[in-house]
Parts: sequence; structure tokens; C-alpha cells
Amino acid sequence: MENENAIPVQSLETVTVMFAGDSGDGMQLTGSQFSNTTASLGNDLNTLPDYPAEIRAPIGTIYGVSGFQLKFSSTDIHTPGDSPDVLVAMNPAALKKYLPSIKKNATIIANIDSFDAKNFKLAGLESNPLEDGSLNGYRVYEVPITSLTQEALKDCKLSAKEIVRSKNFFALGIMYWMFSRPMEPTLKWLEQKFKNKPEIIKANSIALKAGYYFGDTTEIFTARYEVLPARLPKGTYRSISGNEATAIGFVAASVQSGHQLYLGSYPITPASDILHYLTKYKNFGVKTFQAEDEIAGIASAIGAAFGGSLAITTTSGPGLALKTEAAGLAVMTELPIVIVNVQRGGPSTGLPTKTEQADLLQAMYGRNGESPVAVLAASTPSDCFYMALEASRIAMKFMMPVILLTDGYIANGTEPWRIPHESELPKFNHELETNPEGFQPYSRDENLSRPWAIPGTPGLEHRVGGLEKSNITGNVSYDPDNHDLMCKIRQDKINKIALDIPDVVIDGEDEGELLVVGWGGTSGTLTEAVARARRDGFKVSRIHLKYINPFPKNLGDVLSKFDKILVPEINLGQLSKILRSTYIVNTIQFNKMRGLPFKINDVKEKIEEILGGSNDK
Amino acid sequence: MTNKINVNEMKLTPKDFKSDQDVRWCPGCGDYSILAQVQRVFPTLGINKEDFVWVSGIGCSSRFPYYMDTYGFHSIHGRAPAIATGLKIAHPELSVWVATGDGDLMSIGGNHFIHACRKNIDIKMLLFNNEIYGLTKGQYSPTSEKGKITKSSPYGSIDYPFNPTSLALGSNATFVARAMDRDTKHLQKMIERAGKHKGLAFLEIYQNCVIFNDKAFEELSEKETKAETTIYLEHGKPMIFGKERDKGIILEGFEPKVVSLKDGKYTEDDIIKHNETDESPVRAFILSHMTDDPNLPTPFGVFRQVLKETYNEALENQITTVTEKLGKGDLESLLFSGNTWEVSG
Repeated sequence: MENENAIPVQSLETVTVMFAGDSGDGMQLTGSQFSNTTASLGNDLNTLPDYPAEIRAPIGTIYGVSGFQLKFSSTDIHTPGDSPDVLVAMNPAALKKYLPSIKKNATIIANIDSFDAKNFKLAGLESNPLEDGSLNGYRVYEVPITSLTQEALKDCKLSAKEIVRSKNFFALGIMYWMFSRPMEPTLKWLEQKFKNKPEIIKANSIALKAGYYFGDTTEIFTARYEVLPARLPKGTYRSISGNEATAIGFVAASVQSGHQLYLGSYPITPASDILHYLTKYKNFGVKTFQAEDEIAGIASAIGAAFGGSLAITTTSGPGLALKTEAAGLAVMTELPIVIVNVQRGGPSTGLPTKTEQADLLQAMYGRNGESPVAVLAASTPSDCFYMALEASRIAMKFMMPVILLTDGYIANGTEPWRIPHESELPKFNHELETNPEGFQPYSRDENLSRPWAIPGTPGLEHRVGGLEKSNITGNVSYDPDNHDLMCKIRQDKINKIALDIPDVVIDGEDEGELLVVGWGGTSGTLTEAVARARRDGFKVSRIHLKYINPFPKNLGDVLSKFDKILVPEINLGQLSKILRSTYIVNTIQFNKMRGLPFKINDVKEKIEEILGGSNDK
Repeated sequence: MTNKINVNEMKLTPKDFKSDQDVRWCPGCGDYSILAQVQRVFPTLGINKEDFVWVSGIGCSSRFPYYMDTYGFHSIHGRAPAIATGLKIAHPELSVWVATGDGDLMSIGGNHFIHACRKNIDIKMLLFNNEIYGLTKGQYSPTSEKGKITKSSPYGSIDYPFNPTSLALGSNATFVARAMDRDTKHLQKMIERAGKHKGLAFLEIYQNCVIFNDKAFEELSEKETKAETTIYLEHGKPMIFGKERDKGIILEGFEPKVVSLKDGKYTEDDIIKHNETDESPVRAFILSHMTDDPNLPTPFGVFRQVLKETYNEALENQITTVTEKLGKGDLESLLFSGNTWEVSG
């Protein structure tokens, strides 16, 4: 922008911003626009949407507050940040909800139009926080965002209600000015998004610019910042969420394996977006079936796998519980399906929109009988892409169900992703059986996999099912020795996978006093916590597990080289339990279930507590 | 999507559909007849043997796939319609059949049943209804009559039963029919018509359980009584029954009523002509409820057969349309879609 006022621009390395307002205030949209623009400037970034489970909770209440946190940086970062530097509060409830989590000297931009007696009451505030001293120490900017938006849009042919709705773009404009971001990406996005609603494009564009120029021309803001581009590896980037990465990963798996992709799914938070994405990709031959319930989701996937598709089902915790029996059927029939569980807070309905890692034991053991399945866990939003490919590859190669665990945090969070070219992706295919000569439905290859013989193939007619099958022939068998053999074969197939997956890589020294072991979506937090502890002089190593059943084959060796093993998990110690029983090692647990990612400093403090300040310091 | 029809003369015989497994139903079980009629009809349907698939759940009837030398899937309780649905969606040229029982389909699998009907999934469902739980040895089922004394209802069942054909019609199934295990010729005809129907076909078969519910349908199947207790629905023909074909069904408002054709008050013209192709399922629904009225004969035959786009056709059409519009999916472009930016390193 030309014509900017004389406020000096300060350069910052990293900033964390929180947009917060009523769930009808459009904060998720504002946050994602800010993220996209910021990503396109070459900053590394990480986002954390925090929205209520209610679709429209009562306006003005704490329950109705929707927040969007993002951290962006000129260096590489792994988390959406512990404590925001800037809070945009569209109403008193938003201020009240996030005040405890922002930095003590943070910048607050408050929409004073909503700071009235009615809203204080709705937010449960006894007095006006802008006046009662509770914001002492913060840098507070009181901006009449609603009325300024109304004024800017007074000539628009929109209803009064629609005009007020544009106030989030005014707020976005202020933030673009404050952090030296260009408005063009959002203006372009508005043109595309509302191409049949020119009045909306106009109103939002005017509001955005009005906000920007408000920052530029008024003198209330005393600081302006820039965050220089990060030094990321060369390549083409896009911003990606875990759910979108999961969806694209399965499309890639379908293309790379040559098997049609089938998704049977029942809508559930926070997994539904995967269904939304995949149902759009019909021109890839993707078939999605919105089933009548969770059980039909997986059962139909099993049917599709019997028919030769790369078949998947997507769900979250309670849905996985419902799919349990059918998952056992896939184990018994040795059919390749992938079950994606986007974990959320439990038990029962729990915290549908919040994150947790408490379904690990359910994934490992939640079936009747000896019923082993492969269990994988994605570590970051973009890693969901690679783990979806990996889950598909393993399912087809070993003819078995694979559970892929992600979680609400990485599913909805976004990060910049260096996009791989199709040619960089692995090709894999479990050929369908076509030769009737000597065909036996439960014969075994070198991986102990049985042939994938699908209906429609002449001469291979056979029956599968949930009753125990005789090895090789596949006939129903109650023979005691055969059952013993089959239980062991099903487990041996899992053991074989360990020879087919990468060893775990150690971040840091390969022996020492302390090893931090994480899995799944905590990767970003643990990477940063360990890095900070090292900066303070502590010697600590870290590994992150993405393969849990089976574990990487070098895991036992790695664990044995450390005196202490710290296992931070957003559960009561589920990985810890498996590590102890598998390797007879002691572990130190660190567990917090707040529906949120760990705070980096909490983990760092735990590391320091264990090392007691003595560790080479 | 049409089923793959082999234009060459098929040389399949019933023997081609007999598997090498010993059939293990109780001697005298009605399932034997159903198996035999299916094996008789299948060679005549003009479908390649390898394109037939039987999917079943749990229960005596669900053993069916083992005895057919086709592809088969003996799955878990209640889920056969869902598994069949996924298979048919993935592989629309297959002829997918479900063998199920009154516990499997009307109780634990009820949800899958009504939704498969509603969506008009192109699968064929044969319900072996013996009004009892056989495999678990004799508890009342969702189709058992109220008051029935069984192991789990020693003082008489207090449940009201489902009428499966009413449930199917209420769920908008496009083909709904009923047959009797012992009436083999009619059963064959019904299996054939179900097999040739495009869309979801639901065939309820009254099947006698000799061990736990013997003679449940005796009145409807025995020569002495059958002419007076049953009525065979035939498209375009008046609903007349009786040993001397001297009784007919009229509709008084929404109520079906038996009238005599002998006393001169009514002629054949007053009798309802059965129209199985009625777009509205309402009349068929009324007829299906005759089953529950002891003063009315129990209908057999096709209650309803209408043709409308199947789920599978609609999905394939959508894929074709979207592909024509967007072009065949290209992974490289999908990966690089959305807002991208370059980092020069």
C-alpha cells in the first residue's frame, strides 16, 4: 500500500494472533483468510481453530465464542503457539474467554460497540473490563468496529443485518495493516467465493479496505509489525489441513495403486470434512457412500474391499466404537480396509470439537477375540497425506484392516506443505488374483497375505465370512489346531509389517539420560519443547512414533540406550502402557487432557524437572 | 447400469450352483426348498455364474452362501444389506443377493434394511421368515405373534410383530413380494422376478422351522385350508380366491373386505384389480396389511414393482457427468490445487 502513515514498522520473528468473537461473527473465516495471506508471503505458520460444539450457541455468551489462533514466523515452527501476542475480541465474552491465555503484555483490539451492559451480563461480567482495571498491563485498542463498518457500508444495497455481518472483514483489514499483509489475496478470494453475489463482494471489500485504512490513517495504533518470510525448503507450497491432506492422500493411494477408492462414512465431528472432500473428487472415480450409520459405513467398505476397491471408512472415537465388530470381520476375512479415526475428547460424546489421543488402546485392542490390526498415527496436518498413502499400502500389501489415527488438532489445524509431485510418490499394488489353477482363497504369499480374488472373476468362486476359516482352503473350520494357527498367522502378518516400515529416527544424541517419546499429533509441541530445552543447555533426545502396531523394529534398541523415557500424551498413558508391556522398560508419564494441544512450556518444564538442572548444565 | 447379460446361450444348470459343502440345516427345514428353487432359477437368469454374489448375516438362513457355488460372504449379524450395498456400489455389474432371516433383517439389521429400500440399492433380498430365532434355539423374533410362548417369553411375548412387507413398502422398496417355502413353483417365479427387477427387490419367504416353530404357516400351506386362507396377487387380475373362486376383495374406503360372488350382490367388476405398478405404494401397503387381519386371506405374489433410477445408476451417472465437466481427475493438478506459492529456497 502506498500512502502509509509514519508509524514505524518493527520486525518480529514470530507472532501469535487470536481472532475471537461470537460463533456467528465469522472468526474462522477471518482467521483462515489471514492464514492464507500469511502463508503466501512465505511465513511458516500453524493454526488452531477453537470453536464451540453448538452450531449457534446463545449470542454473546462464553459458550458461543469461536476462536482461531495462528502463529506465523520467519523461522520454521511446529505449533500454533502457547500464548497469543494479539487478541482481536469482537465481544466481551471473547475477551473474557481468552484473556487468561494471552501474553501478559499482549495487544488487545476490542470491538467497543459490543461492550455494553447486555453483553457484560451475557458474558457473566460484573463490570466493564475496559474500565475496571482488569486490562492493566495490556496494550488495548478500543475500536468501534461495528459502527465503523455500518458507516462504511451505508450506501450498500444490503440489509442492516448483512451490513453488520461484514464487520469481520473490517477487523481483518486492521490486522492486515498492523502486520503489513497485502489485501489482494482476500479481495481475489471474495471475487471467486461470491461470484454470483456482487453486493456481498462489494460490501466485504469495502469493509476490508475501510479497516486497513482505519489503521493507516488514524493515529490510535502505536505499532506496526512485519514478519519476514521463513527460510523453507525450495518448492511449491500450499496451506493444508489434516483432513484435506487425508482426503488427498487416499486419492493419491487410489491413483498409485490402480484401485478405485471407496469411502463408506457417517458424518461425525471432526471427521466429516474428509467425506466432504472426497465426495467432490468424482472425476477420480471416487465413490462415496453416506451411510445410514457408522456400522453401515464400515460394513459397506468391507463389501467394497471384497469387490476389489481400496475401501476406507472415516470416523471419530464413538464411531470407532460402533465399528468394532465389523473391524473384526475385516480381520477374519483378511480384507484390506483403512479406518480413519480423527480422535476427539472422550469418553462417550465427550468433547466433539476438541482434541485428544485417548483412542490408542481402543484402536489396538478394541475388538473381541485375538484381533490384531495395523495402527498408524499421523503427526502433523501434512503428514496425514503420507500416512493415508502408507495405511493404504499396508492394507493392500498385507490384506488386513489398518487403523489410521489422526486427531482434531491436526485435522483442523493447517500448515504450509511443500507439495510433492506425483512422480515422487510410491507406486504400490496388490494384484488381483485371476488364475483359477490351484486357486485357494486362504493360500499365503511371502507376507502371509491371502490372494485378493474378487467377484466377477471366472473360476474363483469362493466364500469368506466371520467364522474361523481353514488356512489355505478357506472352508469353515472348528479344528482346534487350525484356530491356533490362524490366530498366530494373523498376528504374524502384523510382525511382518515391521520389516516393511522405516526405522524410527532419533532427534538428538542416540544415547543419554532422557528420551522423549511422542506419537501422533503432539509432534509439533514436542519438537519445539525439546528444542527449547536444548537451547537452555539440557541434553535430551526425542523420537516420534507414527507406526504403533507394529512398532518400528529398532524401537527396543533405541529405548534401551536411555536412562529415562518421558512419554507425553493427551491421555492417561496409553502409549506408555504399551511401551512398558512390550519392552519391559520404565517410562515417565506426562498426561494432560484439556481438549487442547500441550503447552510447549509445560513439556519443557517437565523435561527440566526430570533432568533436575544437573544434566551437563 | 444393467446387469451383465451374457448374450451367448448359457449352459448353466442347477448343479453348477451346488457347492461342495454339506448342507447342515435340520432335516425338514424350509431352507432346503429355498436353496433348491434358487439353484433352479439361477441358470435361467442369463447372468454369468461368476457375477452372482450371496451376502448373508447371522442365523440359520445366513448359512445359505456356503451351499451356493457362487461368490459368497457370510458376514456378521444384521449387516448383510450394508455389505451388499458397498459391494454393489463398488462393482455395479454384479448380481448381489442377500440371504437373511427375521432376526437378522427385522431386528438387528432393521436400520440397514429400511435404508437400502429407501435408496433403491440394486440388490435382491430374500427374507427367510420363520417367525422365530432358530440358531439361538427358540426365542421369539420381531415377526413372532404377540402372546407367543418361547424360551424367552414363558408367559407369552408382549411384543407386537413387524409385518416385513409393510415395512418394505413403507420404506419405498421398488419390488416387494411374498412366497411360501412349500409352494415351489410360485417361489421359483418370485425368485426369478426378484432377480430380474432393476432396483431393490425384497422377497419375504414364509419358511417353516421344524424344530422351534413347526407348522407356523400350516394354515397357509396345507391343501385343506390354503384356498380359503390365501390369495395370490396377479397383476391386472381381480383379487379372487376360495376353493370355488367365489370370494373377492373390495375396498371400502381404505379397508379391504371379503365379499361373496355367489349371492348376486357383487360381480367380478366390483373386485379390486391388482395393479403392482402403481406409482404410489399406498394400495400395496393396504394389501400388505391383510396379513394381520384374521378375517382376510394372506396375500402372496408381487405387491409392488415400480421402476425408478437406482442408487447405483444415479451414482454412475453423477461420476460420468462430473468427469465430463471437469475432465478425468489428474493427481498432479489435485496436489497443486488451491492457493499455492513458490519458495525459492
